[in-house]
Amino acid sequence: MSEQRFTIGIDLGTTHTAMASASLETPDAKVSVFDVPQLVAAGSVEARSLLPSFLYFAHESDAPLALPWATHDYAVGEFARARAAEAPGRVVSSAKSWLSHAGVDRRSPLLPVTAAADIEKISPVEASFRYLDHLGEAFRSAHQGQLSLGEQEVVLTVPASFDAAARDLTVEAAYAAGLENVTLLEEPQAALYAWIEAHGEAFRTHLKPLDVVLVIDIGGGTTDFSAIALLENQGSLELHRVAVGDHILLGGDNMDLLLAAVVRNKLRDAGTELDAWQMTSLSQACRAAKEQLLAENPPESVPIVIPSRGSQLLGQSIRTELLRQEVERVILDGFFPGVELAAKPTQRQRAGLAQLGLPYASDPAITKHLAHFLTRQAGALANLPGFPAASELLRPTSVLFNGGVVKSQAIRGRLLACLNQWLEASGAPPIRVLPGEDPDLAVARGAAYYGKVRRGRGLRIRGGTARAYYVGIESPMPAIPGLEPPISALCVAPFGMEEGSQTELPKHELGVIVGEPVEFRFFGSSVRRGDSAGTLLEHGKSGELEELSPIGMTLVAEGRQKGEFVPVHLRASVT
Amino acid sequence: MTYPFAGPKLRAVTESTHSSAGPLSFLERFLFAWQCLFRIWFDGEFALRLKGAARGFEALPSPDASSPSDRDEPVESDDTAVESQEPSKEAESVRQEAEAQRAREAARVGALQLLGLLQREGRFVDFVQQEIAKFSDAEIGAAARVVHAGCRKALLNHARVEPARPENEGARLTLDADFDRGRLKLTGNVGGKPPYQGTLRHRGWIVSDLALPILVEGYDARVVAAAEVEL
Repeated sequence: MSEQRFTIGIDLGTTHTAMASASLETPDAKVSVFDVPQLVAAGSVEARSLLPSFLYFAHESDAPLALPWATHDYAVGEFARARAAEAPGRVVSSAKSWLSHAGVDRRSPLLPVTAAADIEKISPVEASFRYLDHLGEAFRSAHQGQLSLGEQEVVLTVPASFDAAARDLTVEAAYAAGLENVTLLEEPQAALYAWIEAHGEAFRTHLKPLDVVLVIDIGGGTTDFSAIALLENQGSLELHRVAVGDHILLGGDNMDLLLAAVVRNKLRDAGTELDAWQMTSLSQACRAAKEQLLAENPPESVPIVIPSRGSQLLGQSIRTELLRQEVERVILDGFFPGVELAAKPTQRQRAGLAQLGLPYASDPAITKHLAHFLTRQAGALANLPGFPAASELLRPTSVLFNGGVVKSQAIRGRLLACLNQWLEASGAPPIRVLPGEDPDLAVARGAAYYGKVRRGRGLRIRGGTARAYYVGIESPMPAIPGLEPPISALCVAPFGMEEGSQTELPKHELGVIVGEPVEFRFFGSSVRRGDSAGTLLEHGKSGELEELSPIGMTLVAEGRQKGEFVPVHLRASVT
Repeated sequence: MTYPFAGPKLRAVTESTHSSAGPLSFLERFLFAWQCLFRIWFDGEFALRLKGAARGFEALPSPDASSPSDRDEPVESDDTAVESQEPSKEAESVRQEAEAQRAREAARVGALQLLGLLQREGRFVDFVQQEIAKFSDAEIGAAARVVHAGCRKALLNHARVEPARPENEGARLTLDADFDRGRLKLTGNVGGKPPYQGTLRHRGWIVSDLALPILVEGYDARVVAAAEVEL
């Protein structure tokens, strides 16, 4: 008979997945990271703290992919990642980025995009399910089959910028993996929880009421910004998540690819061409070199060696070097240039036809995205008492770094320089860095800690919905050829609506069409905070509303005629 | 060899009073005490072994905590002490031999796994297998960088290697009579009596921790690198 003994935090990251747990039985139990056993090479199983989010489909030429608890026809983890370089047509990677891509049917079998002929493609949801399933099997095996992950209290993290559809799909994958008690938590909040847990009561030396924490999370594939404000309410400290940035597909992998391209061009000028395998090897060598060159006291240059593929290591390797100036120019100036506050990320004009692919950010300058976030969310603190009046930007007082990319001191330096430049221009004091974080495992640890916080122990961040949600209402207009009828947006869930709450919309003369296939269009806004449920927007200001995935369905025409217009009331609830 | 007084009748009685598992009832203990009393009086070897068992009893862990293979013969459960000694001795030696064989096999597989790890991460076997005489220092150096980076990562992730002596090389040392002879090697004017005065030339290395991956069933560890065929 299994019982609920742990709170589990799972970070389903784009490149890595991690799991942490805290015992529910002892009140002050610390969070510990779970080392996940995985196939690391053909025939080798090892438990590591990170599980790479890669899925490899076995071919008949492979030896059985045997784990201690089962043998499957697929492998998850380090071995799958190694095979991604060797047999790219058989590996699913970056499934999470696809989960947030509204332009595709995320339940349809898409991945791997360029798949080998004999592979049955899977959907991004199914890929996420497979990673969670592996974690579940590992957990069960670690507890000798006595406990199952599904019965524990599971907190799953999602980027703050994930829209409602992506969050739903994540929960769907969790249910498929047998996780019944699942709560979603935003990753920047998880990072802050992990920081609070690590510091215990000493966190009050770094954070005080009326502080605003900017969480900058730059991982392998995505960049996420969030702002969390601290309030004092009747003597106790409260945390409110006040602003969330857009989901930006830009991260460490872009930087590694760019460096690899720079080195490849250098080699091409010297007369050496590289094939695909050598390019992968070069990317890895560049990543290692980049870490050295962006650390403290970097050397002037780092040699790059691309070893040969055969057993003859000497005489066939390709040698070159990466200079510190090149890395500074490409990475620091390319991704973290010093920009003015008013700088907006440039939208490159898209080509008319494009291959099915992820919507990568067209402007690689992360500092521009940061400036855009701070100016767009300038009014985030308007509804909270005690904060200074809104200015041209949201003014954070402290910054918490998270993600693999920000381990580099040089990159942090650039981000802090930009932030301080903008804050100084606005008359605010320089920003403080919250010290001592754990960039790889913070999100999983924070999620496990949140599980304990939900049961009443510890400080909780209040969030509510990160956007206001609207449904599109078609207004009655005579048909004009070539012109679509104008759509108004009715607010169904205001910004910051609490989880578990419901709201009835005031009466509008609204109806639905039954018996015919119809489409409901949804919109979201991360800036309109003043709209309450029932506010009808005739024309939104451009850029405020973004369209989300529509839902197409046919409502059953019970007792009525097909195509009949039925008046309705609307009620919204946040789960 | 059977014992003069441990006839079939005695053995049958002791076997019937022994329940398969768990604590003995009072009646069982009462009868067993009488049997042991007569055996100790008339059977020297049984007495000797039982005395050894009694001494070893204090060092025993509780029965459910230890696995059967951890226990030595004298402290095994009571029923084997009263059974015939000869078949159990043979079974014991066969078991010990099988365990030793397993340990040797595990050590060999572990060594092969380590080679596989160094090859996979650092191309170690590729490097040492190649003849380097005809290559320039620059080329060897370039390859050495790759091998160094990879092997270092492999070693650091799976083992903790520490110096045997904490002092810096070149430091003067005084060794007392009780210095750890397993960890230190004397060179130069080796002679005389402790305390020894000398200079540390090499710090030595000790592997304090080694955790190799688990080998999957049926995988041949001798394959330290699979041949690669590109389709």
